[in-house]
Amino acid sequence: METLEIEKKIVTKEKKPLEKVCLICAKGNLEDVYASLVMANGAVMEGIELNLFFTFFGLEGITKKSMNRLHTATTGNPAMKMPGGLPFPTMLGGLPGVESAVSSMMRKQMDELGMPPVDEFLEMITAGGGNIYACKLAVDMFKLTKDDLSDEVEDIITIGEFYELCDGDRTQIIFT
Amino acid sequence: MALKNIAGVEVKVTEDGYLEDLTQWNKEIANEIANEIGIELTDKHFEVLNYLREKTIAKEALTIRSVGKSGIVDIKQLYALFPKGPLKFSSKIAGIPKPTSCI
Repeated sequence: METLEIEKKIVTKEKKPLEKVCLICAKGNLEDVYASLVMANGAVMEGIELNLFFTFFGLEGITKKSMNRLHTATTGNPAMKMPGGLPFPTMLGGLPGVESAVSSMMRKQMDELGMPPVDEFLEMITAGGGNIYACKLAVDMFKLTKDDLSDEVEDIITIGEFYELCDGDRTQIIFT
Repeated sequence: MALKNIAGVEVKVTEDGYLEDLTQWNKEIANEIANEIGIELTDKHFEVLNYLREKTIAKEALTIRSVGKSGIVDIKQLYALFPKGPLKFSSKIAGIPKPTSCI
């Protein structure tokens, strides 16, 4: 009887950790801005190089006047629920003051869970070595100046300049 | 879970090298783990490590924000003391479990 000798090869996978993450935040809702901030902070805490780019309505998240007063949608947001778990009635969501009140409540709950307000969060990200940029096109469109933006914003740049910062083969670009 | 000899003591460690039993910790173990990472410990480092251990024993959750507000260091200083892993490395060196939080 013939026996075949099969050579056993042990294949070890080489670990390839992320070296750079580039996040683009284009929406100004509370949940969308926080998503970008949490992901950005998560990267700097892991020692990953971080570039964070705010464009279009994302600028709300870095504008001094609005960054700590972000809103979440109470109309057209099918995932929003009432405190008991029942769906949030669309008609209720459209009444004056409801969006403001619900957003304020959400911000308060986040604070209780240890989530910092946006201005502090931006400081945490830059303290960790992250870089924050604003989109030149959006800044021009909304007629803002560097003074209107948080001090943590390093510069107002174009998308082309941002892409240049996103070089490297262990880099990921994430659009939120 | 495995046994590892750090500074002459057989300690129980997780796969990532974090101490399973924080009572097995001492300064020499801290120094050796820090050397492996490439950090040289100073008195300031130990202030932070002791704070982290206190909070863990008191079963309080650790976030980078709470450490930054502890009064011992601010967040920038924490990154300077433990580069590329403010909570990740400080907790490993302090002999406490890696904090599980998104913040």
